[in-house]
Amino acid sequence: MTLKNRRILWAYLFLLIPLTFFIVVRTGPTLFAFDISLRNYNPMAADKPYNDFANFARLFKDLADPDHVTRKAFENTFKYVLIGMPLQLSIGLLFAMLLNTIRRLRTLYRVIYFIPFVTSAVAVAWVWRSLYMPDFGLFNLILELFGVPSQRFLLDPAQSLPSVTAVVVWQGLGYVIIIFLAGLQGIPETFYEAARVDGANRWKIFTKVTLPLLNPTLVYLLVLQTIAFLRMFAEVVNLSRQGDGGPVNSTTTVVLRVFRESFGSSLNMGYGAAITVMLFVIIMTISLVQMRLTQRQVEY
Amino acid sequence: MKSTKLTFLGLASALILAACTGGAAAPTAAPVAPAATTAAAKPTEPAKPAPAAGETITIEYWQYNFQVRIDAMNDLIKQFEAANPGIKVVHNSEIPNADFQTKIAAAAAAGAGPDVVTLFNGWVPAWVDAGYVIPLPEKDFPPAEIEKNFTSLVQGTKFQGKYWAIPTAVRSLALFWNKDMFKAAGLDPEKPPATLDEFVDYAKKLTKTEGGKITQQGFAVEMNGQAHQWFREVLTRQFGETPFSADNKTINYGSAKACEAFTWLTKFETDYKTGSNDLFDGATTAFTNGKLAMHIDGSFRLGALNSAKGLNFGVAVLPTRNDIKSNFGSFWTHGITKKAAADPKKLEASIKFLKFITTPAAGTLWVKYTGELPAQLSAAADPALAADPKLGAFAKQMPYSIATFFVDEAKQRQALIDAFDAVRLNKVDPCKALADAAKKDQALYDDFWAKHK
Repeated sequence: MTLKNRRILWAYLFLLIPLTFFIVVRTGPTLFAFDISLRNYNPMAADKPYNDFANFARLFKDLADPDHVTRKAFENTFKYVLIGMPLQLSIGLLFAMLLNTIRRLRTLYRVIYFIPFVTSAVAVAWVWRSLYMPDFGLFNLILELFGVPSQRFLLDPAQSLPSVTAVVVWQGLGYVIIIFLAGLQGIPETFYEAARVDGANRWKIFTKVTLPLLNPTLVYLLVLQTIAFLRMFAEVVNLSRQGDGGPVNSTTTVVLRVFRESFGSSLNMGYGAAITVMLFVIIMTISLVQMRLTQRQVEY
Repeated sequence: MKSTKLTFLGLASALILAACTGGAAAPTAAPVAPAATTAAAKPTEPAKPAPAAGETITIEYWQYNFQVRIDAMNDLIKQFEAANPGIKVVHNSEIPNADFQTKIAAAAAAGAGPDVVTLFNGWVPAWVDAGYVIPLPEKDFPPAEIEKNFTSLVQGTKFQGKYWAIPTAVRSLALFWNKDMFKAAGLDPEKPPATLDEFVDYAKKLTKTEGGKITQQGFAVEMNGQAHQWFREVLTRQFGETPFSADNKTINYGSAKACEAFTWLTKFETDYKTGSNDLFDGATTAFTNGKLAMHIDGSFRLGALNSAKGLNFGVAVLPTRNDIKSNFGSFWTHGITKKAAADPKKLEASIKFLKFITTPAAGTLWVKYTGELPAQLSAAADPALAADPKLGAFAKQMPYSIATFFVDEAKQRQALIDAFDAVRLNKVDPCKALADAAKKDQALYDDFWAKHK
């Protein structure tokens, strides 16, 4: 055996460990979920028979019913993505660019922005719940100072989804800023100098130099944050009064539905798994499309 | 003749056992000794002699995490083990209520879990469907005796013509009122409202506002608490509707009469503005902290309220309308699992344990710890219970309490929470919101009965 071959063999051997871990912890359960979605799966029952796609039939029926909570969950989840993701990326980019220009106390700012991200979603949610409180919450006390009538925020079906989105955007901001900052610092100063010599204004520099060169970072964050919003769960559970995605299902999400169906009183894991498979397909499709659409421009 | 001999043998060994352990069992505060004698006297008692010395059968008992219940069960287990030296009971009470079914399911998947398990009465059909619990052996738990000796609530868990579980104690709802607030509002602190009209009147009088904000609530509807039960089994009947058809197949609470009851309930928030579950961290907390004057809750709340500092409260029967009395009864009941049934020795021990924890004496012990009333009529009839200023109201209402036949308790609760929220938050017409909820529930029942033709 040549030295090269031996090296390759060793590489494979080392790769085997994470690979095994991945198959056991990630791929295996995913395939298992596919199997569950095809069964009448009550975990308490000994018999878990296949049921001719009945879970998916029910899922499509529920999705067709505009009043059904599962339909509502999918609608809400898309709203979270459509409102939250652009908001988080634009604010994150803005802050990153500001941080990139300052020299003094940069680390301190970075730490401050990053702290929410490493804080548990549950703790964050409970703090925000008290900030949002209708009578004695901080936000309403501030509004009151300006003569604005008290708002119900999380308790009002019309305001609850934006209120939850705000928490999630705020919490994830630190991560987005750090990644953008790394991207920004990877852009060589010479490009900016060249642009300035050519007489480009700030906006031109941003659109023609910064954005294109930041594209790989942008794609990465776009995909990752979209997936994060599609998988929202803990924030909603802890921000809604009964952990039920209320009031009147106005904040419920797909993953919360999966949890409620699979582990709630009905123990209908088959249906829960069918929703999971649906979400899997959606995430997969969105990710592929996003990567295709945005990655092309990298070739500059 | 052989069977007589065996019976005699069994009797003798049981008596010896009882004699040996009598001394140990006697000093405990709650006398569970009668249980041992009834068990021994029963001719159907397994004729097999008790396991030989040294051989110990271990069975697992699981219930959800609720401190007073844990204490009560620990006491019962201690007495049971003293009376049955060959049996050891492992008590698992670590699982929170909300996760209980999930953990049971996870344990079942791993081939582990309890031999004797405590489940909510509304879960019985689902657990039977899953094949998780076995029917109570009729020779040990004759249905006729269950129906004679236990509160009629238990009959609500008869499913497919069989009993699958049996409780130690049962609960009902009552009106809790804050006597100090009554006095401050110029009401007689010893006279809670007796009718629904008086109830509305009092709620308004007991509400205080400052600058448009409610600072003291007269009454707040806690739909996620007990209000949905109160609505379903009590208010609908008081407004002239029966919530379910006699065969539990049809839901009637979407009707016009039921809507009158529902509208009556929603008005506290939409019209009278006497309080809201959104305020003061929910109605139960508000009542505990002296921010709410009247509250509808179950007997299980007594323990927490009794220990609330400075709370001077009374407990009364639910207000009536047109002299119609009704109440919602519920209970945690105990069953034997399929896992226990797989091993004859464990099954035998499980049956013994289940019998022990469902005797009248066990019920008497239980009420002292938890405030839940004994499920056996002979123990529930104790005049001391009816005379108790707090427990009395629950005891009085027990004879006419009804246990709802739930197909999916959590979903049915959610449907009414959503309906109530739709009215108060989205200004949906109460009748439409209620009809939607009833429709959702009917779909659950249709699915259920389609599986159980």
